[in-house]
Amino acid sequence: MSTKTLEQVENQFETFQILNEEGEVVNEAAMPELSDEQLQEIMRRMVYTRIWDQRAISLNRQGRLGFYAPVAGQEASMLGSQFALDKEDWILPGYRDIPQIVFHGLPLHQAFLWSRGHYAGSQFPDGLNVMFPQIIIGAQIIQAAGVAVGLKRKKKNNIAITYTGDGGASQGDFYEGMNFAGAYNAPAVFIVQNNRFAISVPVEKQSAAKTIAQKAVAAGIEGIQVDGMDVLAVYAATKDARERALAGEGPTLIETMTYRYGPHTMAGDDPTRYRSSDLDDEWTKKDPLVRFRKFLEKKGLWTEEKENEVVEQAKGDIKEAMKKADGTAKQKVTDLIGFMFEELPANLREQMEEYTAKESK
Amino acid sequence: MAQMTMIQAITDAMRNELKNNEDVLVFGEDVGQNGGVFRATEGLQKEFGEERVFDTPLAESGIGGLAIGLGLTGFRPVMEVQFFGFVFEVFDSVAGQMNRMRYRTGGKLTSPITVRSPFGGGVKTPEMHADSLEGLMAQTPGLKVVIPSTPYDAKGLLISAIRDNDPVVYLEHMKLYRSFRAEVPEEEYTIPLGKADIKREGKDLTIVTYGAMVHSSLKAAEELEKEGIDVEVIDLMTISPLDIDTIITSVEKTSRAIVVQEAQKQAGIAANVVAEITERAILSLEAPVLRVTSPDTIYPFATIEDDWLPDYKGIVDTAKKVINF
Repeated sequence: MSTKTLEQVENQFETFQILNEEGEVVNEAAMPELSDEQLQEIMRRMVYTRIWDQRAISLNRQGRLGFYAPVAGQEASMLGSQFALDKEDWILPGYRDIPQIVFHGLPLHQAFLWSRGHYAGSQFPDGLNVMFPQIIIGAQIIQAAGVAVGLKRKKKNNIAITYTGDGGASQGDFYEGMNFAGAYNAPAVFIVQNNRFAISVPVEKQSAAKTIAQKAVAAGIEGIQVDGMDVLAVYAATKDARERALAGEGPTLIETMTYRYGPHTMAGDDPTRYRSSDLDDEWTKKDPLVRFRKFLEKKGLWTEEKENEVVEQAKGDIKEAMKKADGTAKQKVTDLIGFMFEELPANLREQMEEYTAKESK
Repeated sequence: MAQMTMIQAITDAMRNELKNNEDVLVFGEDVGQNGGVFRATEGLQKEFGEERVFDTPLAESGIGGLAIGLGLTGFRPVMEVQFFGFVFEVFDSVAGQMNRMRYRTGGKLTSPITVRSPFGGGVKTPEMHADSLEGLMAQTPGLKVVIPSTPYDAKGLLISAIRDNDPVVYLEHMKLYRSFRAEVPEEEYTIPLGKADIKREGKDLTIVTYGAMVHSSLKAAEELEKEGIDVEVIDLMTISPLDIDTIITSVEKTSRAIVVQEAQKQAGIAANVVAEITERAILSLEAPVLRVTSPDTIYPFATIEDDWLPDYKGIVDTAKKVINF
């Protein structure tokens, strides 16, 4: 009888990296094929998102945004994975994963409306395959398995990708989602952005497992741990997972090792209660923008001028989007009653009349 | 016309819809090869193939997520929860997710899902099988909740449920599955959701009920007839939303009503019916509206369930109280 199985399995999971902290290619063989324009576009999106995050935090503090979960630090995990998708792939995000759905096609002002809690934020444009950002940790994972089964049965050449965090990997639905997708050999990619803290509980207290990636083994699917601050590694791992899924080789779990610089959400979380400044410093050194910028600069693909252009564009877009969000008609209780069912039953018809009268006063 | 049990009528409804619409998928634990633990899906996998009628891993929450995801990709899922006592394992999907899909996306995404599940007392199951949990569902905005009491109703209501573009929880009382046969047309027909059915007309007293208690109430009505009391029995069929018009019209005619449910008394469907009658027809009433229910305990161990469940004698006694008030 061997008692070494766990050790053997755990030791298989090494962190996949292409760019080190200095922006040097350490894994030439794994370099994805990306044109100069694509490389610049990835940088552009990360810079844009960093600026957006800063503006969102300040808009939230001014009481103009509503619910917001900061993303700085996680740009490579979020945007590297989304960049590997086809336009018609489905994204099932958690509530922090707004950059992915915006770059998938959700207009920025709708993201702001969603933050504010307005239904117009989630009246998704036709052809945009995204799910409402999930609040219940893990629910998106079983739903992603379902979407993936649906895409396969409809013979679409598309995948379902879903995002959660290290805390989400403790949920039963995390395992059920992977297990269902595996059992049906469905084209799903599960991304766990391991930013080391659920809200405040550290990943070491979430599980005895050394990695989250290894949890794939129990579900009988592929698992990989990726440097989540390395946008090329995240892109390459996601692209590979996507292609294997479409080739009928099954779903993949991708654990991206990352960090959120800010609080869990803007609703009163104080990270100094559970994180040391040493740990913050350690992770700031790994910053995804810094290392990718170094990489691009060495190739002559990025300049301060380019960076400033993106910053200005982001600021302009945000201003425009806020204006559009501000100009959106206020929602009414009668709107919401109308969205309950395709055809309103008698009780809601009665309540519709009651609220129509109230609103016309 | 064929003679069918309720379970045969349910199978027939699913067969009809599987034929009618290729986006209809039927799935759950043991529903494929095995045809379901009650044989509700008997023969369907053989007839429609494993792509349409299939087994799932044993995980209710996963089944709920599967249904929601399939709904998002253009399918019309009919998912089975093997026993409704297991619904707590999939409560988020049913009561937290599919019911708010249309609302949370301002009408853009929907969950055209039917959740089928057996429940109900009197068949000596282990715990967590027989519980009447329909009240939890009825209190959940965005769900329709259907409970048929006859083979004819079962078929027409299930076809309507599957065709509905919003989620419907369709609960099948286990005691009624094979307890009797009735005529069921072989061709398709629908019964509208949200409509009650008057199972017996009468002028002295209205009994509002649903599920297996429809039959206990009809038996009570026969007993009461011997004493010259003419009872009207309303089978709600859909317990959410309630068919308030049918209830109020009847109460205005009879001036007396009782409400009968197999579920425990507190905060249930019967309480809701009493409230609606009180709000809308109090001046028509000659007596308080009383309830016949089971007591507010956990569903009991099988050997004592017959003592715990309401029966026709209790209905007769309560009806007399209201008549003699």
